[in-house]
Parts: sequence; structure tokens; C-alpha cells
Amino acid sequence: MTLTYAFGLDTFGDREGRADGTPLSHAQTIRNVVEEGVFAEQAGVDFFGIGEHHTDYFPMPAGDVVLAAIAARTEKIRLGSAVTVLSSDDPVRVFQRYSTLNAVSGGRAEVILGRGSSIESFPLFGYDLADYEELFDEKATLFAELLKGGPVTWEGKTRAALLSQDVVPHLESGPFPAWIGVGGNPQSVIRAARLGFSLALAIIGGPPSRFAAYSELFRRALEKFGQPPRPVLVHSPGHVAATDEQAKAEFWPAWREVIALVAEERGFAIPTEASFDREAGPDGALYVGSPETVASKIAANVRALGATRFDLKYGLPGLTHDQLMTTIELYGQQVVPRVRELLG
Amino acid sequence: MQNESRLAVLGAGHVGPVIARLAIGAGYPVAIATSGDPDDIALITELVIPGAEPRWASDAVADADIVVLAIPLHRWTDVDPARLAGKVVIDAMNYWPASDGVLTAFENDATGSSEIVAGRLAGSAVVKALNHIGYHELEDRARPSGAPDRRASGLAGDDPAAVAAVAELTDRIGYDPVRLGGLPAGRVLQPGGPVFGQVLTVPEFERAVHQDARSLR
Repeated sequence: MTLTYAFGLDTFGDREGRADGTPLSHAQTIRNVVEEGVFAEQAGVDFFGIGEHHTDYFPMPAGDVVLAAIAARTEKIRLGSAVTVLSSDDPVRVFQRYSTLNAVSGGRAEVILGRGSSIESFPLFGYDLADYEELFDEKATLFAELLKGGPVTWEGKTRAALLSQDVVPHLESGPFPAWIGVGGNPQSVIRAARLGFSLALAIIGGPPSRFAAYSELFRRALEKFGQPPRPVLVHSPGHVAATDEQAKAEFWPAWREVIALVAEERGFAIPTEASFDREAGPDGALYVGSPETVASKIAANVRALGATRFDLKYGLPGLTHDQLMTTIELYGQQVVPRVRELLG
Repeated sequence: MQNESRLAVLGAGHVGPVIARLAIGAGYPVAIATSGDPDDIALITELVIPGAEPRWASDAVADADIVVLAIPLHRWTDVDPARLAGKVVIDAMNYWPASDGVLTAFENDATGSSEIVAGRLAGSAVVKALNHIGYHELEDRARPSGAPDRRASGLAGDDPAAVAAVAELTDRIGYDPVRLGGLPAGRVLQPGGPVFGQVLTVPEFERAVHQDARSLR
């Protein structure tokens, strides 16, 4: 069987900078993201994803609205969240928004559901972080019901019960692709399989090869729960420029800055140049370099992890729109064709 | 030398399987448990932690010499202190209010999180260890004794025999153990501390600890 691979780009709406280092407004950053999504299609990228965030450096709480703007100006590219923080949202509203995006885009919508490792949405919407596990489990279960189409009956602790509730807009041709984002907790892999979602592995640090067992765990768990086979995607950060040196010189200072911002709340260590080089090397989680360097690394990890889709999370706060457009162009026109070639 | 100590790892999330795999690789018999039915983690154990035995938490703990707490801190009060009495307990947990929620009991900067854990486990010998190197790096950076690029892993505890057992475990899974002193000295291993999230050689580790204001007790 010939595998069909797909290659995407993800953004968190990273607040863009000017060449002089000053930041663009939130509004201009959002307009630039629309241009980037449109350009991604022209460059030959298969998927464009927007991750939900609520901070000054990731001003992107309503990615579905931005995706709809991209949908209006594109024909083929698939559009989705990467991720939606389902734990602090209402599954009915998430379904409605992405079912609407699916309608607007002629069936190109997807959603990746996350438990919320980016947790700024919890206090914002009045949820208790200590409940994240229960919130996500219940809401993912309801979302799986909503995706089946037809009236929904559901009862739980985290939102009002539904009794034969018709939820609109109806799906036109079956469920849109829905994934659960997993950051390395094997119990989350089991949950994705049990509820019938596809598996999105978010690999942002350390050697990607350690996730190989997760793909096999997912496959076996799908069998155990009587679910049909489902795909695995890998999401990782990176940056493409003409040469390795240029890509690193652009990416590293911005990476150091953004990790320092989130280090306190997430328990990350502030990266050193040595730890960055390690992550950007062949055994690390960052895809930073020339098209050939990035393509070789993607091909190796897609193969090692049994994935059929790879999404590069491009951009960082402070990088310029021009730098991001170059990354998109190189990714779509050089990296993706080269990865396809390497994968045969 | 084969060690007779048996491990019970409580938690099959991010951290538990990593510590379990390292311990299995070092020759320890390892049982792993969650708050639920071992059948629920049978597949995880087979594929992700081969060699470990999935068990009910009460059974795993009863047969263990060393119990590893690798559960989210906001769930740790689910663990029954009576069952842990007489055991060496490794506290590999961390307190991160921004991702775990605010836990009033741990909102005191003057007391380390492991001291608060130990306060509830009066019958156990608590050692703070294996909490400060990220779970995504802990296996990748492990090296055999004497390797030139071997790194340090800190530990702190009040019971000398328990500290010795955990230092031996640390050494056998691939790190140079650095004994910091009694449990309060383990505060330097916490999030925000000088070595948290760092993978350092012994001299680098000791320098970082000494330069930290908190080490000037």
C-alpha cells in the first residue's frame, strides 16, 4: 500500500516584529497570518493550522475566524486548529465553529483538540486548572458524539446535559478530521484511541524517537477498542532559511526569548546555545535549517514514528513577516517535495 | 551487582514510565500503578514500559522497598500514607501553580514541596530526587558510571539509609548522585531553583547550587 503523506504549517499567531525589532500590533499580526495562510496554499502546503493562545506574544484566541478569512481566499488547503484548548471551551460551540468553517471552506476543516498545556485560558474563562483532566475527558467524549452527526444525548458534570439535541450546522459529508494532541502522556494516547480520534504528537523537546512506541501503542489501542485504523501526525517547531547558519541566526534569539517568557509558568529551563544546538541537531525536536537539513530530519522522523502527516510550527514572536513568508515558500516549494522524494 | 530493592512507580503519565524504564534497564524489579485498574495500563506497560509489571497501587506498594511518586501534585493526596509506612519514598513531583492550579498547602516559599509531602508521610523516609531533569531528557542524557559526559542528579533527604538507596538508584540509572543534605536542602531542586530543568556535570551543578542565594542558609 502506498502511503499518502500530507505536510502542514502551524502558527500560534506569534506577534510579528519589524526589522528594527519593534513589535507589530496584534491586529497587523492577524492580518499577516491571513496572508501567510493564503501564501501557504500557493507554496503547495497541504494544511494550515492555528493554535489557540491568549497572550500578548501569541494574540490568537479566535483562530477559527482567521481560518474562515483564509478559506475565502483559497481552494485546496485544509484548515484547522492546532490546537483548540477544549478543556476551557464548550464542545458544542467548538463543534459549531468548526462545522461552520467546514461549510465556509467546502469541507476543508479539521480540529486538533488539546487538554491545555498552554493554560492561560483557564483563569480567563473561569476554570480551575486542577480539574483539567476531568474537563478534557468529558468534553472530548461529548465532542466525539457531536462529530457523529444527528441528535445528541449527553450528561456530565462540566456543562449542561443535552437531550436529543439537534446541533447545527449539520455536517455535509460525515465528520471532519479530528485529532487529539498529545505531549507525551501515554494515557492520553489511549484516550484518543478509545474515543476514536486521530493522534497528533506534539514534540517540542528531546529526541523525537522516544515517541515511536506511542504510534504502536495507538495502533494497538485502536484495535483493542474496535476502532478502525487512524493516522498519526507530528507537530514540531522550526524555521527554514537559505542556509543552516541563517536559519539558526534568525531563530535562536527569538526562541530564547519566548522560552524565557514561558519558562516560569511551564517549568521549562531557559535554553542555552548548547541546548539549542542539541535540539536543532539530528536527534532534537527543532527543525531549524536549510531546506535540505529540515527535509532530511522530517523524513527520518515521519518514518521512525509511523506518521503520515507532519506539521511544522513556524514563526516566533519578533520574527518579521518577510522571514515567515520565506520559511513558508521554502517549506512548500523545497522541503515538502524533498521529503516526499526521501520517503519514496 | 544485582540490587534486591523492588520499585513501585505510582503514575503512568509523563514521568512515571521514564523512571520505570530507566530502573528496569538498571536491573531493578519494577511495578507500575495508577489510581485505577492495572488492566487499564496493561497495553501501555507492554509497549512503553516493557519489563514492568502493572499492578494495583496497594499491591505494588506493599511489595516495594522504594516507592516513586510520579503523579500530578494536585492528585497526590489520593495516596494513602498508611500504605507507604516503612518505605523509602522518592518524591519526583513538582509544584507548578500555573499548570497544576494553586494548591494552598504548597503556597509557602519557605518550605519545600517535598517537606510538605513528607509531613503527610510520617512513617516513610522521603527523598526528593529525579524531579529536576525534564522527563523528555532523562533517558537521553543517562550515561554509565565513569562516562566523560555523565551528568549530575541531585537528591535530598533526612534518612541516611534512604538517601543511600536513592543515590545508588540514581547512579545505576545513569547519573552522578549529588547529595544536598536534609530534605530542606532539596528546595534548590525545585522549579525556579538554580538547577531545575538543567542537565549539568557535577562541578557545574555544585557551582550553580553554591551561587544560588537559597543555598546560603
